[in-house]
Amino acid sequence: MNNIAVRCKGVVKTYGSGDTQVRALRGIDLEVKTGELMMLVGPSGSGKTTLISIIAGVLERDEGECLVFGHDFKNMNHREQALFRGQNIGFVFQMFNLIPTLSAAENIAAPLLINGLKRRDALERAREVLSRVGMGDRTRSLPSELSGGQQQRVAIARAIVHNPKFIVCDEPTSALDHETGHKVMELLHDVVVGVDRALVVVTHDSRIFEFAHRIARMDDGHIISISDSQNFRLNENFN
Amino acid sequence: MNFIALKMLIGDRAKYLGIVMGLTFASLLITQQSAIFLGLMTRTFGFLTDTTLPDIWVMDPKVQYIDDLKPLKETEVLRVRGVEGVAWAVPMYKGLLKARLPNGTFQTCNVVGLDDETLIGGPPQMLQGKLSDLRRSDAIIVDSFSVRDKLARVMPDGRREPLKIGDTMELNDHRAVVVGICKVTRTFQSQPVIYTTYSRATVFAPRERKLMTFVLVNAKPGQDSHVLCQRIQQGTGLAAYTRDEFKKLTVRYFMKYTGIPINFGVTVVLGFIVGIAIAGQTFHNFTLDNLRYFGTLKAMGATDWTLLRMILLQAAMVGSIGYGIGVGAASVFGTLSGNTELSFRFPWQLLAVSATAVTLICAASAALSMWKVIRLEPAIVFKS
Repeated sequence: MNNIAVRCKGVVKTYGSGDTQVRALRGIDLEVKTGELMMLVGPSGSGKTTLISIIAGVLERDEGECLVFGHDFKNMNHREQALFRGQNIGFVFQMFNLIPTLSAAENIAAPLLINGLKRRDALERAREVLSRVGMGDRTRSLPSELSGGQQQRVAIARAIVHNPKFIVCDEPTSALDHETGHKVMELLHDVVVGVDRALVVVTHDSRIFEFAHRIARMDDGHIISISDSQNFRLNENFN
Repeated sequence: MNFIALKMLIGDRAKYLGIVMGLTFASLLITQQSAIFLGLMTRTFGFLTDTTLPDIWVMDPKVQYIDDLKPLKETEVLRVRGVEGVAWAVPMYKGLLKARLPNGTFQTCNVVGLDDETLIGGPPQMLQGKLSDLRRSDAIIVDSFSVRDKLARVMPDGRREPLKIGDTMELNDHRAVVVGICKVTRTFQSQPVIYTTYSRATVFAPRERKLMTFVLVNAKPGQDSHVLCQRIQQGTGLAAYTRDEFKKLTVRYFMKYTGIPINFGVTVVLGFIVGIAIAGQTFHNFTLDNLRYFGTLKAMGATDWTLLRMILLQAAMVGSIGYGIGVGAASVFGTLSGNTELSFRFPWQLLAVSATAVTLICAASAALSMWKVIRLEPAIVFKS
């Protein structure tokens, strides 16, 4: 029980109503262990993003149970949900979502400021983490002055700066070329995955499957299969 | 989070300047137009402001404002003097007479005739000459604005030469000699103000059965002015007002029977609406452009309250800057127009009114944005 980071059982999510109703998730069961890098793969519309949104507590489920380190977002009010996310969850987005008017260090400092750290301390910590992701010389650069790979590094630094226990990544390499994407995944693997931390990555990018410990394949709101990356690739004839 | 809010705002230069300019324009328009309106209203009772000695002004009951001239019989002075509590009562003539300028043109002037013995009701400040010089033959005292402007001599080369002590002019076909130049508060109609004695004014004025305009009264020490006013009204059948009451009566007339308040009111409201339209719309667009980042902050743990504080801070920032520049520009405008015909009055209360208007504009703009951010689903961050 102690090494389970995320446990979802029978999660159902429906968008809209009447004729326009779409059942995005149709009873999802999933467990992510601490120290694990789990990938969610599947075609567009299969429910991957909806699932990580629910797991990360930014979207409410309709039915089922979903615990993150034993905590259920449904039992919290909005403020408690926000505070829990702020302390325990890190986010990496497909389009990076770096605030364009803030420097790299300031973007990274944002989660610390949200958690109430003083500006000076937050910026100092942000600079340390920026060095850790190999960009110590770009603290003052604006996102527009960075390449896609560099922006994603900054986004990863932002996701880990407050030492969250759980990190969700949405298509972290889809906007990057192969080599850069590979480097970003190496970085994620090196700096994010730890014994007390779990990572869920939503991706279409088959070139990065090798970094996963396990891969869950989704289709039409269901998880069809969960296997380790080697078996997954064998089954999918990737090798 | 404050510095993130401010950097988000200032970083988007075009929108930031757009919002500030919208608020500046609104603040400037509201402040400047209100100041001109206040200046105009103050000018309506400018003559009362200058005439400080009497406690009470007695006049025909039908008089509605200071320039609404309805003459009284001269014997009314005696009746007023007979009322208990009156320390002294003197006559005053006030009328519009035509002055003939040396170049042959005519200028309507506001002629004030002061009690021959006491000269009570004279100008507040003499710049040249003495008030007692009015006792000299054909003597008049002219206000300092007019000597340089409306009553100035136009030389053959087009140059305007100010009227000087010793110069003569014609008032309603009577010779008048300038013996002094005084400073007065500009009046609503901006006509030259000419002081002379009561008896000479009645000579200058066209012959009428009744020529006296006001009886100026002072109460005996300890006598309540309001009670004395009532007593004069009951005893003489005339209207009697304290100076402040007469000012209010005058302002009330202009507010009620002229289009001035509506005209200025429309401009002020327009400034307010334009402020809301420009600043509100631009601020709303700014929020919409940054919705993804607000969503990102929300996903990362920022509470609704934190985001609302950020928006309020942004609104307060642009509001303060826009307000500051707006009232500053209005104040510069007022200073530059100090020696012109333009009326401009800028009391501190106007700063408060303008601040309230700008605050309302900012609050309305921020409310729209806050509504958007509160309803924002943090899941928006996963939408590409």
